[in-house]
Amino acid sequence: MYNKKVMSHFLHPHNMGEIKNADGIGKAGNIVCGDVMQIFLKIEKDTIKDIKFRTLGCAAAIATSSVATDLAKGKKINQALKIKDEDIIKKLGDLPSIKLHCSLLSVKALREAIYNYLSKNKLPIPKELESVHKKNKKELSIAKKKHGKE
Amino acid sequence: MKKIYLDNAATTPVAEEVKKAMEPFFSENFGNASSLHSFGREAKRALEISREKISKKLNAKNYQIIFTSGGTEANNFALKGVASLTSGKHIITTKIEHDCVLNTCKWLEKQGFKVSYLPVDKEGFISLKELENAFRKDTFLVSIIHGNNEIGTIQNLEEIRKICARHNVYLHTDACQSFCKVPIDLKKVNVDLITINSHKIHGPKGVGALLIKEGTKIEPILHGGGQENGFRSGTENISGIVGFAKAIDVIKDKDIKNMEKLRDTLIKGSLEIENSYLNGPQKNRLCNNVNLRFDYIEGEALILQLDSKGIATSTGSACSSKSLEPSHVLIAMGLRPEQAHGSVRLTLSKESTIEEVKYAIEALKESVEILRKISPFKNVQ
Repeated sequence: MYNKKVMSHFLHPHNMGEIKNADGIGKAGNIVCGDVMQIFLKIEKDTIKDIKFRTLGCAAAIATSSVATDLAKGKKINQALKIKDEDIIKKLGDLPSIKLHCSLLSVKALREAIYNYLSKNKLPIPKELESVHKKNKKELSIAKKKHGKE
Repeated sequence: MKKIYLDNAATTPVAEEVKKAMEPFFSENFGNASSLHSFGREAKRALEISREKISKKLNAKNYQIIFTSGGTEANNFALKGVASLTSGKHIITTKIEHDCVLNTCKWLEKQGFKVSYLPVDKEGFISLKELENAFRKDTFLVSIIHGNNEIGTIQNLEEIRKICARHNVYLHTDACQSFCKVPIDLKKVNVDLITINSHKIHGPKGVGALLIKEGTKIEPILHGGGQENGFRSGTENISGIVGFAKAIDVIKDKDIKNMEKLRDTLIKGSLEIENSYLNGPQKNRLCNNVNLRFDYIEGEALILQLDSKGIATSTGSACSSKSLEPSHVLIAMGLRPEQAHGSVRLTLSKESTIEEVKYAIEALKESVEILRKISPFKNVQ
């Protein structure tokens, strides 16, 4: 079902763990659906100096978290915001179509973490990011209503 | 790397003696059982000997045995075949049937039939009282799985049969997982229709049977040359049927006892893991079934971790691994979706050993620990 690259990221994920006193924390997904992702950022001079993740989910969710954090590490914030789920899929070779949404989750969690950093530091938030955040928040609250918990 | 197969509810390896019994029926005795010449007669003879053997195994003197392509076809045949001759409108089944029964019921609903899906308790048993209450004037069929494929619950067929008999309604049971693992005496249990199959008992894939009690009104669903007494057209799969009949002797009483022991060892060892739980019952459970649930992790990831250590397991029904939905059986038992997602099924065979079970327990401990390190819930509260 999964290719070697996905399996290797799943069995040996990069950037796994958390950052104490992180500058930004983002979360995406929903435990009811089986996938939850958390991303932690350490930011210096607009650059992602360090990034870590924790994920509860299937092999694809863990592998995409690993790749997404690899892609974001060392990037300027505005560059990291440009990472798309296609970039993650491309990096992994391919994903079963039923698992494509997992790559979306890691992009979401990353953007949420950046949003969290910008808003905490009262920095200007790009319009697009603002709307992505609103959408994500709405989705979470729908899931919360539907299942009674996040 | 050691390879350990613990997915025997999905399918089993074909036993050597079964392969040997089948061998002559590929190129030597390859005849069509409908042919009049000696080749055909030889095939027909093998077919009838096989039928007789299976009949004896189940004490099924007053049953017709109709060979099918497997459990799915036999279950489709039972439900659609009875539905097409009835004047009734209502079927009773359970929420924990195999997909081939559930999806046949859904199809029948589209044809205008009504179906009641009985709930189960937290161990996976139906309530006889709820069964009793589900009957309507137009109920014509009850279909209840004997041994559940995911959680191993063995329903009380005799009691269920008594209730159905009182209402004068046919009872069908899907015994694919329990056949040859739980003694079934049809003279005693007396169900009207029973599905069995071959590849769960070390026989070949592609063969199963529906046993139909004399007098049961049922229409064929496959039409053609009128084989199997007109009930199932299509040239008989002689090698497969011979293999099936041979396979019924593969699992011995001592194997069942051994599997039970290994099952209990596996359960006990696995439950030493923090925040782990057994899905399904302690008693009246299939001798080879273990289904476990672990907090903070996801089942597919666990299966792939175990696979990387050489252990083959599954998340419940192998068929459902194509979908992202949590197992309908676990949900019916009252598990929340996130609990159902964190479950894994390990199923033993007569070939399983204590060494394999011990290795599996260690691998489970390691795998769960690895995934919990990755998971946010065990770490960040």
